[in-house]
Amino acid sequence: MGGSASLIPRDLLGEYQELTFLSKQEILLAYKRFSELLPKEERENACSARVPKSQILTLPELRANPFQHRICHVFSTSETRDDSMSFEDFLDMLSVFSDSATSDVKSHYAFRIFDFDDDGTLDRKDLEQLVNCLTGQGEESRLSRAEMEQLIQNILEESDIDKDGTINLSEFQHVVSRSPDFASSFKIVL
Amino acid sequence: MAEKRRIRDSQQAETEHLSRWKKWRRASNKSLKKALSEIKGLSSYLVLWRHDIHSIEGKFGTGIQSYFSFLRFLVLLNFIIFILMFSFVTLPTIISKYGIFNSTVAYISPKNIEDICTVYEPSGNKGLVYFYTYLKDLLSGTGFLELTSLFYGYYSIDAVWISVMRYNLPLAYLLATFAYLALSFLWIIKRSVEGFKHNLVHDADPFQSYCNKVFAGWDFCITDPNAARLKFRSLQYELQTDLQEEKLKQKIAERTMEEKLRIYSLRIFINIIVIAILSGCFYSIYRVTVFSQENSNDVDNPNSQVNLLVQYLPSMVITLANFLGPLIFSFLIRFEDYTPAFEIKLTLLRCVFVRLANIGVLLFSLWSQISDCASDKCKPCGYNYKLYPCWESDVGQEMYKLMIFDFIVILAVALFVDFPRKLLVTHCSCKLVQLFGHKEFEISDNVLEIIYGQTICWIGTFFSPLLPAIATIKYFIIFYVKKIVLIHTRKPAARPIRASSSNFFFLVVLLIGLLLAFVPLGVSIAHIPSSKACGLFKNFSTSWEVIPDTILQFPTGLQQVLFGMASEAFAVPFFVILCIIMFYVIALARAHKRVVEQLREQLVLESRDKMFLIRKIAEAQRYP
Repeated sequence: MGGSASLIPRDLLGEYQELTFLSKQEILLAYKRFSELLPKEERENACSARVPKSQILTLPELRANPFQHRICHVFSTSETRDDSMSFEDFLDMLSVFSDSATSDVKSHYAFRIFDFDDDGTLDRKDLEQLVNCLTGQGEESRLSRAEMEQLIQNILEESDIDKDGTINLSEFQHVVSRSPDFASSFKIVL
Repeated sequence: MAEKRRIRDSQQAETEHLSRWKKWRRASNKSLKKALSEIKGLSSYLVLWRHDIHSIEGKFGTGIQSYFSFLRFLVLLNFIIFILMFSFVTLPTIISKYGIFNSTVAYISPKNIEDICTVYEPSGNKGLVYFYTYLKDLLSGTGFLELTSLFYGYYSIDAVWISVMRYNLPLAYLLATFAYLALSFLWIIKRSVEGFKHNLVHDADPFQSYCNKVFAGWDFCITDPNAARLKFRSLQYELQTDLQEEKLKQKIAERTMEEKLRIYSLRIFINIIVIAILSGCFYSIYRVTVFSQENSNDVDNPNSQVNLLVQYLPSMVITLANFLGPLIFSFLIRFEDYTPAFEIKLTLLRCVFVRLANIGVLLFSLWSQISDCASDKCKPCGYNYKLYPCWESDVGQEMYKLMIFDFIVILAVALFVDFPRKLLVTHCSCKLVQLFGHKEFEISDNVLEIIYGQTICWIGTFFSPLLPAIATIKYFIIFYVKKIVLIHTRKPAARPIRASSSNFFFLVVLLIGLLLAFVPLGVSIAHIPSSKACGLFKNFSTSWEVIPDTILQFPTGLQQVLFGMASEAFAVPFFVILCIIMFYVIALARAHKRVVEQLREQLVLESRDKMFLIRKIAEAQRYP
C-alpha cells in the first residue's frame, strides 16, 4: 500500500479526492487493482494507460454482473468507441457506485446504464432487455411473452407519469427515489 | 472526469468575483468536509466484522447480509447495555465490597417487617463437593453462582459515599434499568427510520412494487458467478410468482358467494385449531414451570442429574414449542387459500407470537408461584417467602437458564443437524436422502431465534445485571457459527429476500419483543413486593418506591413541579394538545396527497398536449 501511494502524485490524489466520492484509501486500492489489470511494462504509467474491455471484465466485481457491457460503455471515454477504460474512467465508475454517492448521481447513471439503445428514454424494448438481463441468459430462464407484457405494463403503470409509453429521466429518478432497495443494491465496493 | 474538471474550474472562476467573506466560508466548508471524510475513513476500520460481512454480501447478496448486520447490531447493543449496567451498578458495588470507598449496607426498619422475611441462606458450596457440582451450578445458576454479582442477591449495598456525595445505589439500579430500555427503544427506532423511506402519499406498497424489483433488483455487489446464477433464478421465480399472484387476486375478486362462505368458515375453523394449539402450548409451559419450581428446591435430592433435568424442563418445553409451532403453522396455512405473500406474512406473525408469548407464559407462571397467597403463605411479607426468600434471584436464574439453553440448542443444531445433513446429502445418493436436500438458509427462522434471545436478555437484565455480557459473547460466537454453517452447508433460499424489507421486518419484530419486555418488568418493579431478604430494595415495599422516596427529598419547589406534571390538571390538557397536533398533521398529509394527485393529472394532460402538437407538426411537414 505504501508503494502505490508514491506512484500517484500527491496533488493528483488530492484532486481525485475532490472530484469523486471516494476516500484516499479507496482511491489507492482502486489504483492497485487497476494496475494489476495492466501488463507489467505499462504499470508505471497506470494513470494514463487504457485497459481494454476484456481485461476490465475480469474484475470479480464486474464478471458476474449482467450489466457489465453497459457499465463499460457508459463510463468509457475512449475516442475509438472500443469501451476501453482509463484510470480516471475507472475512478468515475467507482465513485458513482460508492457508498457516499448521492441518490441523484446513482439514479442518473442507472438510467444511462438501463438505456440500452442510448436514446435518452426507457421504452418497451429497453425494459424488455432489462428484464431479460435480470433473469439470466438462456432460453429457459426468460419470461414468457404474456408474462413480459404484463410485467412491462405494470412497470409503466407505476412509473410513467405522463403516460407517453416511455420513462424519461425525471420519471425514473422519481420512481427510484421511492424505491427502498436502490441505494443498497446499486453499490460496488472493492 | 474531464468534464468534472471543467465544471470545477468554471466554479472557481465564479468564486473570484465573490466577496472575501464568502470565499473564506467556501474554503472552510471544503476543509471541514475533507476533515470529516478523513475521520470517516479512519473509523471505518473500527467497524466490527467489516470484511466478513463484505465477503458474505459478495457471495450471497444483500438479503442474507442484512441478517448478519442485524446480528452485529445486537452485539453492539448488548455490549453498550452491559457497560451501562456494569459502570453504574456492579462497579460501585464491587468497589465498596473491597473497601475502597465508604459504604453502608441496607438495613431493615424493624417496625413493619417480620424477621422471618429476612431469612435467606443461599446454599453456596460448603465443604468438599464433587467437581460436577460446579458444572451443574454453572448450567443452572445455583450454588456458587448465586452468590456472585451475576444475580440480584449479591447487591446489598445501600449507598456509597464518595467524599461528601452520596451515591444512591437502589436509585441507580432502577434508573439504569430504565436507561437501557429507553436506549434500546430509541436506537431501534432510529435504525428503522434510517432505511425505510416513508411513503405516506402514494398508496402503493414500496417493498412489493414492480419498479422496485426491476430497477433495484440486481445486487451490484455480487462477485461470485454461482451466486449470480442463483440470483438470476430467484429473480425469475419472484417475478413469475408476483405476476401469478396478480392473476390470483383477480380470480379472488371474482369468487361467488358460496365459495366465499366456504373459505371463510374454513379459515375460522383453522384459526380455532391454531388457538387451541397455542392454548395447549401455554398450559403445558405453565404446568411444567410449576412442577420444575416445586421440585427443584428440594436440596436433599441425591440424584442431581435428574435435578438438573427438572430445572431445565421449562427451557426444553419452550424450545420444543418454538420448533414445532412454525412447522404446524406452515402446514395449516396451505388450507386457508391466501395469496402467497400474505401466507408468508401470516405464518411469520404466528411464529413471532408463539415465541414471544411463550416467554410471557413462563414469567406469568413464575409470578403465580411467587404471589401464591393461598393459605396464608405470604402473609408476613407479601410474597411466598418460604419457597422464594429472594425471588428476584430466582427469576434471574430462570432467565439465565433460558439463555444458556438457547445457546446450547443453536450450537447443537449447527453441529449435529446441519453438518451431518450436508455430509449425507453429498455422499449418499439414495432417493430418500436426496429428497431431503440441502437445507436452505431460512432467514426468518434465524432472526426469530435471535430476537427471542434478545427479549430474554432485556427481561433478565433487571434480575441479573451481568446477563448482557453473556448475551454479547453468545451473539459473537453465533456470528461465526452461522457464517461457517452458511458457507459450508446451505444454499441460499429460492425466494429472494429484499434487504430493505427484511431490515424493516427484523426491527419491527425486535420492537415488539422490547415492548413485550416492558410488561413483566413493569409488573415486577411496581406491583410485586420486593424481597426483604436480599437485594437493594429491602427498605421499600416495591422496587418502584425508590423514586417517590427520592422525589420527597427534593426541594419543595421542584417537588411541586413534579407532582403537578403527574396530576390530571396537566395530563388531560397535554393529551388534548397531542390529539390536536396529530389531527393537524393528518389533515396536512391528506391535503398534500390531493395536490399530488392533481399534479399527476396535469402531467398527463401536458403529455397529451405534447402528442397533439407533435402530430400537428408532422402533418404540417407532410403537407407544406
